[in-house]
Amino acid sequence: MDIFELTIHEMCGMLNTGEVSSVEATRAMLARIESVEPRVGSFITLTPESALAEAEAADRRIASGDAHVLTGIPLALKDIFLTEGILTTCGSRILHNFIPPYSATSWERLRDCGCVLLGKLNQDEFAMGSSNESSAFGVTKNPWDTARIPGGSSGGSAAAIAARQATATLGTDTGGSIRQPASHCGCVGLKPTYGRVSRYGVIAYASSLDQVGPLTRDVTDCAIMLGAVAGYDPKDSTSVKTPVPDYTAALTGDVKGLKIGLPKEYFIAGLDRDVQGSMDRAIETYGRLGAEFVEISLPHTDYAVATYYLIATAEASSNLARYDGVRFGHRSEHAEGLIDMMTKSRSEGFGAEVKRRIMLGTYALSSGYYDAYYVKAQKVRTLIMGDFTRAFENVDVILTPVAPTPAFKIGEKVNDPLQMYLSDIFTIPVNLAGTCAMAVPAGFSASGLPIGLQLIGRPFGEETILRAGHAFEQATEWHMRKAEI
Amino acid sequence: MKITVADVEYVARLARLALSKAETDLFAGQMDAILGYVDKLNELDTADIRPTSHAVPMENAFREDAVNPSIGVEKALANAPDRVDSFYRVPKVIE
Repeated sequence: MDIFELTIHEMCGMLNTGEVSSVEATRAMLARIESVEPRVGSFITLTPESALAEAEAADRRIASGDAHVLTGIPLALKDIFLTEGILTTCGSRILHNFIPPYSATSWERLRDCGCVLLGKLNQDEFAMGSSNESSAFGVTKNPWDTARIPGGSSGGSAAAIAARQATATLGTDTGGSIRQPASHCGCVGLKPTYGRVSRYGVIAYASSLDQVGPLTRDVTDCAIMLGAVAGYDPKDSTSVKTPVPDYTAALTGDVKGLKIGLPKEYFIAGLDRDVQGSMDRAIETYGRLGAEFVEISLPHTDYAVATYYLIATAEASSNLARYDGVRFGHRSEHAEGLIDMMTKSRSEGFGAEVKRRIMLGTYALSSGYYDAYYVKAQKVRTLIMGDFTRAFENVDVILTPVAPTPAFKIGEKVNDPLQMYLSDIFTIPVNLAGTCAMAVPAGFSASGLPIGLQLIGRPFGEETILRAGHAFEQATEWHMRKAEI
Repeated sequence: MKITVADVEYVARLARLALSKAETDLFAGQMDAILGYVDKLNELDTADIRPTSHAVPMENAFREDAVNPSIGVEKALANAPDRVDSFYRVPKVIE
């Protein structure tokens, strides 16, 4: 097998036996990136020189016997993570020249493990999108079918895994932005419980919903990555002090007696036939493995998208007020006076989707509409959280599709924002409830597009969904298929 | 119509966005459709429901009031579009 095909746990074994060095692995990834990148477009910035220097340091650390499982593993980060000294754009023209003065905690933790950073990955602008089409730096293509979107907003993070341009990646998930691209690109993606991973140094979109998580080739890698980035951070006041377990120890392969909830609101008549077929086969697989099924109801599911697009846009309109051309980022050269400079800098720097969401959020927070829209949505959020709390009284995990259809075509939904928003219908409720969920490869459409299943866990129930996902992966071969690119 | 062109122009001013005529017309239609869709929340009676601002229940998060190094003036100003000495420079505010 080529080095660029390896999982973290496979590469770690070879690094420790000396079968391969981190420098060799990093060179192999950089060569792979060079050969497929023109067809995929996963990256915004490549960092080959610093990557090779980090790989040399990792090889020295491995030789000294002081290695972490991630030492020497070549990774890439969504361009939403601040990386000191390395261009960080968040997919936006307004940050086209922004070199962060400090790093995100999650990247610092990976770097302390000895990881190698290959570069920064493409994404929807400010993580606002489900297709990567809102990036100011070109559309990332789905490696399974380059006429299709990779999903979003962590589209580059998923495409880089599917195209074997990085061994693992980090993304962020506000309404499905890790799980939906993972599903569309046939990889594993986990959104942890809100507060599980520090948001410090992650460019904010909707602060009460944003969460950092890994995208990987398999569930074991996902457990390794989550263990490395999770944990309390005094720099993020919303991160929690709950101890971080050894997530890999949870991968026992045993799901006998596990109670899996099947929410009737997610298995609807309009579901794509191939998606429905994959879910049916997944349920059969879990049945063979000894899991039990409980039909459950999450009665407020149908209100989640509306709730999300009020809360997320309101928080975004506030968070994105900082882009004013004063301290960093784009400043308009055609302005007269301070207010005009701010207005023109923002108008030149933001793309259409970002402007649309700022407008919606500003409207929802404006005088006379605050109670009718924003507070109303916060109240419905309470009802949606209650749905999950009640469901988890009777079940251990909830199994659903990740997305109602496989990856759609580039351009298909770009002129109809509401249709684009509705493609996140199965992932958004999890962010509103603040709990954890993972996408796992579960089949392919008739035309060869990946389909993922979603395992939703209790708050801080990452071990249970990892165990359930791993058991499924052991019983199936979907995660072994590779995109021909 | 829930949203008129005048509404869009008003909100754009609040958000410090200068929209072209084409953008204003486009956003008026799209925001109208989206706000029409979110109206479905009014099907739910939420009179006795408390709003949720945060999914994880938390008390105030305090930490030790310890002095730590900050990033310093040069690093903080390194991305400044315009600067003078240790200050950001902006267009004149007062005539």
